[in-house]
Amino acid sequence: MDALALEASGKKSSNAGLGAPVSGAAPAKRKQAKKPKKAVVFFEVEILDAKTKEKLCFLDKVEPNATIGEIKSMFHRTRKYQVLYLPVPDPQWYPARQSIRLDPKGKSLKDEDVLQHLPVGTTATFYFRDLGAQISWVTVFLTEYTGPLVIYLLFYFRVPFIYAPKYDFTTSKHWVVHLACMCHSFHYMKRLLETLFVHRFSHGTMPLRNIFKNCTYYWGFAAWMAYYINHPLYTPPIYGEQQIRLALILFLFCQIGNFSIHIALRNLRPPGSKTRKIPYPTKNPFTWIFLLVSCPNYTYELGSWLGFTLMTQCLPVAFFTLVGFIQMTVWAKGKHRSYLKEFRDYPPLRSPIIPFIL
Amino acid sequence: MSAAAQGTSKAAHGDVAPKKKKGPGALATAYLVIYNVVMTAGWLVIAVGLVRAYVARGSYHGLYYSIEKPLKFFQTGALLEVLSRVFLTWAVTHSVREVQSEDSVLLFVTAWTVTEIIRYSFYTFSLLNHLPYLIKWARYTFFILLYPMGVTGELLTIYAALPYVQKTGLYSVTLPNKYNFSFDYYTFLILIMISYIPRKSIGRLHFPLQKSAIRKTGYTG
Repeated sequence: MDALALEASGKKSSNAGLGAPVSGAAPAKRKQAKKPKKAVVFFEVEILDAKTKEKLCFLDKVEPNATIGEIKSMFHRTRKYQVLYLPVPDPQWYPARQSIRLDPKGKSLKDEDVLQHLPVGTTATFYFRDLGAQISWVTVFLTEYTGPLVIYLLFYFRVPFIYAPKYDFTTSKHWVVHLACMCHSFHYMKRLLETLFVHRFSHGTMPLRNIFKNCTYYWGFAAWMAYYINHPLYTPPIYGEQQIRLALILFLFCQIGNFSIHIALRNLRPPGSKTRKIPYPTKNPFTWIFLLVSCPNYTYELGSWLGFTLMTQCLPVAFFTLVGFIQMTVWAKGKHRSYLKEFRDYPPLRSPIIPFIL
Repeated sequence: MSAAAQGTSKAAHGDVAPKKKKGPGALATAYLVIYNVVMTAGWLVIAVGLVRAYVARGSYHGLYYSIEKPLKFFQTGALLEVLSRVFLTWAVTHSVREVQSEDSVLLFVTAWTVTEIIRYSFYTFSLLNHLPYLIKWARYTFFILLYPMGVTGELLTIYAALPYVQKTGLYSVTLPNKYNFSFDYYTFLILIMISYIPRKSIGRLHFPLQKSAIRKTGYTG
């Protein structure tokens, strides 16, 4: 929570677009000061609780070109002083936790929305809803990906209390089991590094309860898969070396592909910006799939897990692949729809996740 | 609605099932068939009714909105209840013959039967917009007795099935096998029994909560 409060005061900037709304404040104010003596109509902003309609905050002399993001920071600052000087029981409402809207039951306004462009009078009334404790995407990703990495290794090294005691700290006699461990670990290490160095997030935070949901999913499935792959009674793939080799090629191909897409998407968006553009194929052949698919990162992810399923010939892995595929298809369809809505000239040949099919 | 579909398709082999069951078996199976078919139809009609009410009212703000969330939450629970009944019928009572002569089976079948008779009449009269207060009263009041009765019967039946499942390895898969998968039905049944604690205590609250929500909002359906 402290990290988020710090971000609110603009002291921190990360690889995500978290600093964007706050860093926008300084240049705008400077521009304002340089303008010639023009009559500036200041706004007054009052913020009411969406449920109780209680007046929570009154800001006067708000500049007309102030953004909602800046207003959220101002609101937070008034709350901070309240907490210091009055016995206010409510938690600090840092900006990431605030939902500001024009109507108590309406949609949340965006941080980038500018005050004077909104349908409000010079005394603007906004409604506030507490989104609950928020947690940053980076934190969630790091936690949910470190779990599988560690958990799988616990099963791989057969730490006590998992299998029968005579197998403690033994290693499997099947080389495919060692290969599977390397692939699984590589996959999650790649995800961790991408979270730290590659991804650019458009929304900084998500509700805190998501971390419990997501970790249960990733950690639970990792344990379930790892239990069988590293089991003393594990049965290697039916078609032996041929099957394993094909699976490995598929896995590696899709890992490289997935990484290429992440890099391409990162390069679409300059640091600190929230611009949205249509992704196109680049010189990298792995990105040529953009011709046929809107979300090739999911396509490649599916391919990686199909490869891992083939490599291990393990039903729980197949289940994990299936569930992941369903979830990614939902996300891909949503993304595809929003691309179509936002860009008139969106390439018509593209499907959300599987060329021509889905 | 998968439970309903399951019920109808499996009950199509109704001539097979009753033969394997004794006593309440044939009656229970027949009743479940009727129950599932009518439930589907009744639920569809209710859904249509709700949509029409929404259109007529012009807005859902306030009134329906305040019932929507708790009802949605509990209806998912209700779906689970339906699924759990199908599970109990086929995966426990039908599958483990030794259990079929237990008194606990009679206990939950009676509870279900009485509940469903009242519930069916409740829906029928509601659709005709002519709900006698007696039926509404009976539904909410009998529930207080029938719910624990049904739960007890179900739990005792599962418990009775345990030794036979363990002995025969029913529905279980062991390692090694080429799919590298295993499933222990015995452990699964124990987990089901444990899950009764949270599931049934939430379910136990369904009617009292529905009743108070309806009273508070004056929703007359």
